[in-house]
Amino acid sequence: MASIPSRLSCLLASALILGTLPGAALADKAKDTLVYASDSEPENISPYHNNLREGIIVARHVFDNLIFRNPDTGKYEPQLATEWTWVDPQTLDLTIRKGVTFHNGDPLTADDVVFTLNMVVSPDSKVVTKQNVNWIKSAEKIGDDKVRIHLVGPFPAAIEYLAGPVVIYPESYFKKVGLDGFAKAPIGSGPYKVTSVTPGKGVKMEKNTAYWKDSPLGQPKIGKLEFRVIPDPETQVAELMTGGLDWIWRVQADQAKQLGAVPNITVLAAETMRVGFLQLDSQGRAPGSEPLKDPRVRQAIAYAIDRKAMVDNLVRGGARVMNSACFIDQFGCTDKGVPRYDYDPAKAKALLAEAGYASGFSVDLYAYREREYAEAVVGYLGAVGIKAKLNYMKYAALRELARAGKVPIYFQTWGSFSVADASAFTGAWFKGDSDDMAHDAQVSALLKKADTTVETDIRLATYQEALTLIAQKAYLVPLFSYSANYAFTSDLKFTAQPDELPRFYKASWK
Amino acid sequence: MLAFTLRRLVVAISVAFTVSVIAFLLLHLSGDLATTIAGPEASAEQVEQIRQQFGLDRPLSTQYLDWLWGALHLDFGTSFYFRNSVASLLAERMPVTLTLGAISLVISLVIAVPLGVLAAVYRGTIIDRLALTFCVLGQALPTFCLGLGLIIVFAVNLRWLPVSGNASWQNYVLPSIALGWYAVPAVMRLSRNGMLEVLSQDYIRTARAKGLPPAKVILKHALRNAIIPVVALAAVQFGFMLGGSIVVEAVFSMHGIGHLAWEAIARNDFPVVQAVVLVLAAIYITLTFLADVLNALLDPRMRVA
Repeated sequence: MASIPSRLSCLLASALILGTLPGAALADKAKDTLVYASDSEPENISPYHNNLREGIIVARHVFDNLIFRNPDTGKYEPQLATEWTWVDPQTLDLTIRKGVTFHNGDPLTADDVVFTLNMVVSPDSKVVTKQNVNWIKSAEKIGDDKVRIHLVGPFPAAIEYLAGPVVIYPESYFKKVGLDGFAKAPIGSGPYKVTSVTPGKGVKMEKNTAYWKDSPLGQPKIGKLEFRVIPDPETQVAELMTGGLDWIWRVQADQAKQLGAVPNITVLAAETMRVGFLQLDSQGRAPGSEPLKDPRVRQAIAYAIDRKAMVDNLVRGGARVMNSACFIDQFGCTDKGVPRYDYDPAKAKALLAEAGYASGFSVDLYAYREREYAEAVVGYLGAVGIKAKLNYMKYAALRELARAGKVPIYFQTWGSFSVADASAFTGAWFKGDSDDMAHDAQVSALLKKADTTVETDIRLATYQEALTLIAQKAYLVPLFSYSANYAFTSDLKFTAQPDELPRFYKASWK
Repeated sequence: MLAFTLRRLVVAISVAFTVSVIAFLLLHLSGDLATTIAGPEASAEQVEQIRQQFGLDRPLSTQYLDWLWGALHLDFGTSFYFRNSVASLLAERMPVTLTLGAISLVISLVIAVPLGVLAAVYRGTIIDRLALTFCVLGQALPTFCLGLGLIIVFAVNLRWLPVSGNASWQNYVLPSIALGWYAVPAVMRLSRNGMLEVLSQDYIRTARAKGLPPAKVILKHALRNAIIPVVALAAVQFGFMLGGSIVVEAVFSMHGIGHLAWEAIARNDFPVVQAVVLVLAAIYITLTFLADVLNALLDPRMRVA
């Protein structure tokens, strides 16, 4: 089968040859329905019971959070909670807003908040992404509109989670219909209400005309949203061109350029929170990873890769070079004072010679996505004498190998679950868990401190210290942030955010 | 005849059994299922939990036998991904695929049989050569390519038909042509060969000698006999089409069993993939079995095979 890029090029070229390209998606603007597509469908529409981006998007439109993080300023603002205070590093008190109603007309109360938080941490809740809630111990009502959250341990990123994956369910409705019923007809208090869920086809939503006035999300402008599952990227493009769809995403970089030439279609390239990096087996556990035990060799690898060229020629869009082991806009992530490894093949060779590998060495490099990025890395390593053999395989198989300590160099990517806190990145890779290939006790201790300290200044300083140490020892070679391409009808006013969460409630027709 | 039927039945059941074993083993070779289900961002602990939850920590043979026992009772287990009964997923989506397959089969027969007859009647002429060229092109053109071509011409440029989905009858037109195309070459060749054989028979010469109109000779006397093997082949092609629907349904985003298989393969949703493979194989094997029996009934010489 032809590769996706060539198939898409073929489709576009043929369309151009065969005749004039169609105009804008007039039908949907006229019907006030924004139809968007993605290649996957969430396994369960209940936000706690799927871990797919498509599910998160629906969740952000149908449910409300306790706290809102303003994507423009990065500041936390009141949403369902009008205020919140840390009683101590393990106890958080919130005041719940009055006057908010669920889509079925039931008022949203402190009881709903307490129910939701206790429900998701109960052992039989079947929550899919446990990290999102496993910091919560329990919740209790301490007044008419007051809720107290007890944490498992000190966890300042709790605010970020309350502003992200933690959404509020209606207690009586959920208890009445159960998880199965809720998955078929979910009810929230968000700007859009679900009108139908059809497995395999998609989800239909409608503007919540009774949405509470002061919501920081603002009032939804577009009348109806329709999410369609279309697995084939070419079919998505054809639908966009014929007006069957108004919005698609994850368009490949080179095809995005071609689509940009189509009249009445706007292409937008935007940075995402996903970071690509090389993880190095600094402990020398994997076969052939002996040279990687020497920090000079790891530093040489960092110097050998022209990350800027990769960003400019391969990743493109809004991608940026990363210098720290996190996404630079996350809270706590910084590259100030962190050693940088700008492209310098001569220095890389010198370091290799110093470490006793003047004539280089051979090593296995493993990758599971964007083969072309991994191939570029192989090329750069080859130029300084490191003969890297690319092993490209399915994610599940690779993860298994890596956790068994059989992978010397791993081309890995991490999206931090869209959590804008450095703990969601560094914690996954350096806190001594099964994915930690460095096992540096000093780094782990620093991160544990940073993740659990409530004082902002101490957190920032501690992350900086940990990130500096990681970079000095070159345990991980950060490469770049990823870019996402969106293509949509030019009738639509749409802006993208790095967290890869399209906010259709902010979109409008021109 | 009974012995022949029983022999064929034993072969059919053995093939079905082999298919289920192969599907089962291949899926397990594609990487750790628990890691796949847990997703890229899950911890080792979660993976372990899933392994236990879905019984993936049991020996392979136990997992297989449990599944087979359930499948014999039409219980294909629960989808890892949708967390829903596989049987209900299949029941929901089967009608789309069966409809698509049936329309495709009709389309392919309507194109291939007359073309085969024409090629035979005008053997060696330009018509015959054109028909054979068309046949070769048909075999050379992959389904997804034809599907995309149809989308470009009839949906994107002419705007006559919808691009994707299965909301109305119009949605079935392009995918049915793409899928039906798949069977045209085989059916056409068989019709042509059948006709050629029949046309050289004595009774056709007799019919012609009687002065019957050529059309009557061809359609009434020749075609009725030449079409018998085509009927058997059509049954087999229908089975093939259900399998081929995986590509067509993905291209046209139709929510049938092919689309379900596509989704399930992408996610290593093991119970779904295995059920789809087994159900499609069972349909195919049943159709082949019926075709064999039909052929044997029509032609006693086949019974010794």
